[in-house]
Amino acid sequence: MPLTDSLRDDILASVPSLRAFAISLSGNGDRADDLVQETLLRALANIDSFQPGSNLPAWLFTILRNLFRSDYRKRRREVEDADGSYAKTLKTQPAQSAHLEFEEFRAALDKLPQDQREALILVGASGFSYEDAAAICGCAVGTIKSRVNRARSKLSALLYVDGAEDFGPDETVRAVIGGSGG
Amino acid sequence: MKDVKSKNAAPGKQGGLNAEIQSRIGHQLRAMYDDVVRQGVPDRFAELIRKLDGAEPNPQLGTAGDKNDGRD
Repeated sequence: MPLTDSLRDDILASVPSLRAFAISLSGNGDRADDLVQETLLRALANIDSFQPGSNLPAWLFTILRNLFRSDYRKRRREVEDADGSYAKTLKTQPAQSAHLEFEEFRAALDKLPQDQREALILVGASGFSYEDAAAICGCAVGTIKSRVNRARSKLSALLYVDGAEDFGPDETVRAVIGGSGG
Repeated sequence: MKDVKSKNAAPGKQGGLNAEIQSRIGHQLRAMYDDVVRQGVPDRFAELIRKLDGAEPNPQLGTAGDKNDGRD
């Protein structure tokens, strides 16, 4: 459909959640905004293929998710390889506990496999149904459910269960959690 | 890594997904996400869409030139 005023407004209204999704996926604000920008460009260039009355946020999230997986995957790997970077941040700023808790969560989220992370964010934060999330990720509903479950159990292991070393060499995070109780 | 053999059996035990931990994770996830959502629409995106829309970023023109395709 053509870009009407109302469609344009709806796209704009989706920008805040697109950014939240992008930041949650990429863990990097600048990259996230580039990703959102590219998503908007693609969406507007392909606006004719949007079916009026269908789920606009799901359509936009699909574009963003696919962009992230194609273009941003390589960069993403660099961040994943630099596994110690978050731990270093924690080491240098051990005092700010609220910020610290956020960093811990962020770091744990980044340890999830990509498939699980995106499923958890779509369902647990963006508020999409399992069905919409499955459509966005191009997989079966049951697959999304199991990814979300695995994501949750892994996060709880990373954040709240002793013996998190099974999941990675991140002693700093564990030590901090141990120290702050909960 | 497959420590979820028996689903959620052993409620409240380590390794089990107890409800309190799950609600905490859900809360943290949404807090992180909503923090960004609350930032609204940065100018650069509003600007971008206006430009691509073919409308001038001039408030006086508003929606008048809706069908105007005259972007450069």
